[in-house]
Amino acid sequence: MSYPEKFKYTREHEWIEVAGKTGTIGITDYAQNSLGDIVFVDAPKVGTKVEKGAVFGSVESVKAVSDLYSPVTGTVTEVNEELSSSPEKINTAAHDSWIIKVELGDESELSSLLSPADYEAFVAEETGK
Amino acid sequence: MTSSAPVSLRKTALNDMHRRLKAKMVDFGGWDMPVEYSGLIAEHMAVRTGVGVFDVSHMGDIQLRGPGSLDAVQHISMNDASKLVVGQAHYSAMLYPEGGFVDDVIVHKLSDNDYLIVINAGTREKDVQWVQRNVLKFKTHASDYSDYYTQLAIQGPKAVETLAKLTNVDLGSIKGYWFKWGTVCGLPNTMIARTGYTGEDGFEIYVPSDVATSERVWNEVMEAGKEFGILPCGLGARNTLRLEAGMSLYGHEISDTINPFEAGLDRFIKLDKGEFVGSEALRKVQAAGGPTRKLIGLEMIERGIARDGYPVLDLSGNRIGEVTSGSPSPFLKKNIALAYVPRELAVLDTEIAVEVRGNPVKAKIIPTPFYRRPKKV
Repeated sequence: MSYPEKFKYTREHEWIEVAGKTGTIGITDYAQNSLGDIVFVDAPKVGTKVEKGAVFGSVESVKAVSDLYSPVTGTVTEVNEELSSSPEKINTAAHDSWIIKVELGDESELSSLLSPADYEAFVAEETGK
Repeated sequence: MTSSAPVSLRKTALNDMHRRLKAKMVDFGGWDMPVEYSGLIAEHMAVRTGVGVFDVSHMGDIQLRGPGSLDAVQHISMNDASKLVVGQAHYSAMLYPEGGFVDDVIVHKLSDNDYLIVINAGTREKDVQWVQRNVLKFKTHASDYSDYYTQLAIQGPKAVETLAKLTNVDLGSIKGYWFKWGTVCGLPNTMIARTGYTGEDGFEIYVPSDVATSERVWNEVMEAGKEFGILPCGLGARNTLRLEAGMSLYGHEISDTINPFEAGLDRFIKLDKGEFVGSEALRKVQAAGGPTRKLIGLEMIERGIARDGYPVLDLSGNRIGEVTSGSPSPFLKKNIALAYVPRELAVLDTEIAVEVRGNPVKAKIIPTPFYRRPKKV
């Protein structure tokens, strides 16, 4: 699996795509694969403040629950409602299945996120390959 | 997150096979085992609607042989093994003198002086030592044959048709919890038991544990089940299947601090058969009017998934117990759990709550098993 060049990544396996002042956030293919069949996405409501590195929700598979960590500080502007009825879309296309969109509070935070190459190296290290 | 297995983990003869099938592997009680292959839900549904195959070679096998074997089995287990005839098996448990579980087991009567006790993987060494220590005064010899067998579970409504292609044994003549010997995949005197841990019809077969034989049998089972959509199934599906069927798992519903009355296993406790290890403690529980807590089934009413270890609350928010196993149910498509609560609160249809990551989420006490397989017409 290749990790899209247009995204930046966290060590907690989220991706973010930035366009202007809006950040679109999801989980990586590696994360969905580790979790297995996803059955529940717990996302915050529009208007919720999220903070870089803090938990903003969770994703649950049949066998486990995994926290979602925000790559940036900001305010939730949109939630992907499709995932409440079809959470398995994350399994089939993690990089096309965004969870929330946020209005960025501090664009300088982006520089500390991982590039696709760095993230791929990080995952390789984690899996011991 | 999963990581690669340290060298110290034990492996079954099919370990390379699981890795070639790209299974996700986990440390299960010290064993490097497949948790899923194609996906937990698909594997679960294959067993409920077709057929699936599990490598359960990590389970242990203790054989008791000698003229005192029945007395020994009676002494170390709570069910009444004198009722077994050759070719029959039953669910039972080995208990500590205080009444808690050493392990839950399946006892098979192989011949008049010969019993096979199938035990859990995570408790193997403890069980073997405990059995050997506790049968010393009987004319029997307890041998650990765990490493001699590759044990495959072939489970699902199409298990009969799958296995029938590989054996000369009339599988229809083996009733639930009975077993026979016959030729399977060309291997003579193979034990075929109509047992399992899925709540579905199915068989467990015991074949020699060398890699070549184990892989050949696995492949033949896969080939035989192909037309029924057979899937290799991992521990993930094994857990959700047994949970739907309301079956206990050591370390969750049963442990050394839980007694079988609490676990709702009353029908397997035979206090009238005579003394056995733990019987005195169980009589005391009975004399006291029964256990103080009971295992219950829960269905989540509000959105949220109960997980192992989550607190159970009453509707005022007081902690009344703990979830022992909780998961989304792939077949029933609702969120279910088993939990211990005080006996007086273990009343069907009572609304309670499970604390899901800090938030109380409403649930209702419902009957178990959550799933019962349809009766054959």
